[in-house]
Amino acid sequence: MTKEEIQALRNEPWREELRKKMSPKERAAIERVKMPELTPEYRVTTFTEEVQQGLTKEMAMCEAQRCLDCADPSCMKGCPVGINIPTFVKHIEKGEFAEVISTIKKTSSLPAVCGRVCPQEKQCEGQCIKLKMNQKPVAIGYLERFAADYERESGKMQVPACAPKNGKKVCVVGSGPSGLAFSADMIKLGYEVTVFEALHEIGGVLKYGIPEFRLPNNVVEAEIDTLRKMGVNFQADVIVGKTVSYEQLHEMGFDGIFVGSGAGLPRFMNIPGENAIGVMSSNEYLTRINLMGAGRGQGFDTPVLKGKNVVVCGGGNTAMDSARTAKRMGAETVTLVYRRGLDELPARAEEVHHAMEEGIDFHVLHNPIEYHSDENGRVCEAVLQVMELGEPDASGRRSPVPVEGKTETIPADLVIVAIGVSPNPIIPSNFKGLEISKKGTIVVGDETMQSAVKDVFAGGDIVRGGATVILAMGDGRRAAANMHEYLSRPVTRC
Amino acid sequence: MYKIVSKKMFSEKVACLEVEAPLIARSRKAGHFVIVRLDEKGERIPLTIADADIAKGTITLVVQAVGASSTRINALQVGDELADVVGPLGHATDIQKYGTVICCGGGVGVAPLLPIVKAMHEAGNKVIVVLAARTKDLIILEEEMRANSDEVIIMTDDGSYGQKGVITVGVEQVIQREKVDKVVCIGPTIMMKFVSLLTLKYNVPTIVSLNTIMVDGTGMCGACRVTVGDKTKFVCVDGPEFDAHQVNFDEMMMRMKAYKAEETEALANLSK
Repeated sequence: MTKEEIQALRNEPWREELRKKMSPKERAAIERVKMPELTPEYRVTTFTEEVQQGLTKEMAMCEAQRCLDCADPSCMKGCPVGINIPTFVKHIEKGEFAEVISTIKKTSSLPAVCGRVCPQEKQCEGQCIKLKMNQKPVAIGYLERFAADYERESGKMQVPACAPKNGKKVCVVGSGPSGLAFSADMIKLGYEVTVFEALHEIGGVLKYGIPEFRLPNNVVEAEIDTLRKMGVNFQADVIVGKTVSYEQLHEMGFDGIFVGSGAGLPRFMNIPGENAIGVMSSNEYLTRINLMGAGRGQGFDTPVLKGKNVVVCGGGNTAMDSARTAKRMGAETVTLVYRRGLDELPARAEEVHHAMEEGIDFHVLHNPIEYHSDENGRVCEAVLQVMELGEPDASGRRSPVPVEGKTETIPADLVIVAIGVSPNPIIPSNFKGLEISKKGTIVVGDETMQSAVKDVFAGGDIVRGGATVILAMGDGRRAAANMHEYLSRPVTRC
Repeated sequence: MYKIVSKKMFSEKVACLEVEAPLIARSRKAGHFVIVRLDEKGERIPLTIADADIAKGTITLVVQAVGASSTRINALQVGDELADVVGPLGHATDIQKYGTVICCGGGVGVAPLLPIVKAMHEAGNKVIVVLAARTKDLIILEEEMRANSDEVIIMTDDGSYGQKGVITVGVEQVIQREKVDKVVCIGPTIMMKFVSLLTLKYNVPTIVSLNTIMVDGTGMCGACRVTVGDKTKFVCVDGPEFDAHQVNFDEMMMRMKAYKAEETEALANLSK
C-alpha cells in the first residue's frame, strides 16, 4: 500500500469525523485493555481451552478509541504483511465489523492466527506512537484477533474476491504460514493454486507445533477453509521431492513452485546419554500430542511418554509451549533449563509470563551436559553445568560461559530438547540447481524470494532457518508478488 | 484414501496388503518405505515397501500386528481404505554389481528384502537368499525369492523346514564356501546385530535396513535416531539403510522398547 493510498483512506470524511469525536487527551486517558484470561490453576487442567479468552465487543471498541489515527502510521511499518492498521482499528471504534475484517483480509490471510501468535510487541505495537508519549501501545494484536473471532463466531465468513482465472498454474510445497499466505495472494490474482502437504493435516506448524491452548485447531481450520472456498486445492500426504519430483510438477503443468517446506530436523546437543528413552525433541513431543492426539484420553493410538519430573531445554517459544504442555500432561515439576539469563530468553514476554504463572520452574544460567538413565534405559537425571554471562556474542546478547567445576544434578524422567531446528533437507537435496547455504537453507533474492532455479521461489523457515509465523507469511506474500511479476513477463523468462 | 485391493495372511499376525497408491508406485525404489495411518485415531507407522505395480498403481505392504494401529490395520478387508499412505521415504538401496551378494532376513523383514533381491539379481549379482524363522509356517515369500535369486537357504529354529539353526549358521556356511562381496540383512534388531557381528569377523561389507519408531517419517521429530559410527543419525532421512558394522544395535534395541508399556496397555484396551 502506497503512502498516498493510506492518506486517501485516512482523509475519508468518516475518519475525520471520528478523529474529532474525542480529543487526544481523552484518548490518552483510557487505560490499555486487559485481556481476560483463564486462571493458572484452571488452565493447566485443559489442553484445548485457550488461556486468553479474547476481548468483548465493548472492550474492543473502547480500546480502538485509544488509537490516535496518526497521519503517518508507524505501526504499519512494523507489520510484515502490511495490514492497514489504523483503518481497521477505526472501523472497530465505529462498530463496523464487516469493514474491519475486509480491511485486514486485503493483506493477511490468517488474522485469527496472527492476532494470537505474532510478537506484536516487536512489530506493530513496538512502533506505536503512544510508546513515545510514555503510554502503553494500542493493543493491535488483541484487536486483530477480536476482528477475526467476531467474524468467525458470526458464522458469516467473508470470502475475498478473486480475479478471473488467468490460465496459469502454480503449486506450493508445504501448508504452513508462508505457503498459506502465498496461496491467498496467488488465488486472488487469478492463478490456479495447489498446495502439497507432507503430513495428513493442513496447516504445518500451526497444527503440529503450536498447542491448542495458544492456538485452537478450529481457529486454524476456519482460516484454511476460507482459502478452500477461494479455490485453493489442498493435497495432503504428498512429499514434493519424494512422491513427485520437480520434473513431474512440470509435467503436471505448474508454471511456478513456491517452497515453504519449513523447519525439519530438530537439533540435539550431542551430549552423553541424549539417546536415552525419554529424551526427545520438542517437535516429537508436540507432534505426538497436538497432531496425533496422544495423551488426550480420547482413544488415539499414538502414545506419548509422561514424566513426573520434566526438564525442558531451551528458552524460545517452543520451549515454553513444551513446558506448558508437560504441565497439562500431569507433570509434578517442570523445569526449564536455559543457558543464559531471564533477560536473554528469546521467547515472547507474554509466553514467559504465562509459563511462570502456570508454575514452570525457570532454571536459567544452567546447561545440560549429560543425562543418566536407569536399568531400563529410561532417563532419570540431568547433569547441568552452571553458567555465567560473559561478553556479548554475535547475537548481541551476553554469551553464557561455564563456571569451572560447578555442576548440579536434578531428577528428570522426561527431557524435551527445544533448542531449535535445521531446515527440512528434502527439497534442498532433491531439486537440482538450487543454491543451498552452509546451514542448509535455500538461498533466495532478498526482495524477490526467487531461488537459483528461476521458477522456484521460497520463504519461511526453509529460507530463514527458524523464525516466526508472521515473517514466514511476509515471505509468502513477497514471493507471490514477485512470482506474479515473473510469470507475467511477456517474452522469454530470464 | 488408499484402497486395499488384495490381502493375504502370511501368518496369524502378519498380513500382506496390496494398496492403491499410484504416485508412490511410480516413484518408489528398492529400500524405500512409507508411513501409513489407518484412520483419524491411528498412529503413523513406517512400513517398508515389499513390491509395486506401476500399471495397477499399487504397492505391497507387509504388516505385523504389534501395537493397536497395526492390529487394526491387519483386521481390514479388501475394499477397505487406509486414511493416509505417504512416501516413498528414505534413501533407496545402493544397487550395484558387487559380485556375490547374500540377502538374508527373518520375520517381516523378508518383505522389504524382496525388492532388494530382485534389484540385485537384475544388476547381475549372484544372489544367495537366507531366510530364517522359528518354524516352517513363519517362512514367507519363499517362492518369490526362488524366482529372483540363484539359491535359497532356509533356516528354522526347530528344524521343521530347511536346516535346523539360526540365520548366522546359514550365512556362515556360504561365507566359508565361497567369496561373498556384500551382505544385506533385514529382520529383527537382534538378528541384524548377530549377522553384523558375523560378517565383521569375515570382513564382508554389510547393509542393514532399520525399522525404528517414527512419527512423521520426514526428519521432523527425531524419534528414530540411532547411533551410527558414534554419530546420531535419523533413520527416516539418513537411512533406513546403514553400514551394519557402524550401527549401535544395543542402543537401538533399548530405544525400540520406549513405548512397550503403552503398547501393551493399548492392545489390552483394543481387545476389550
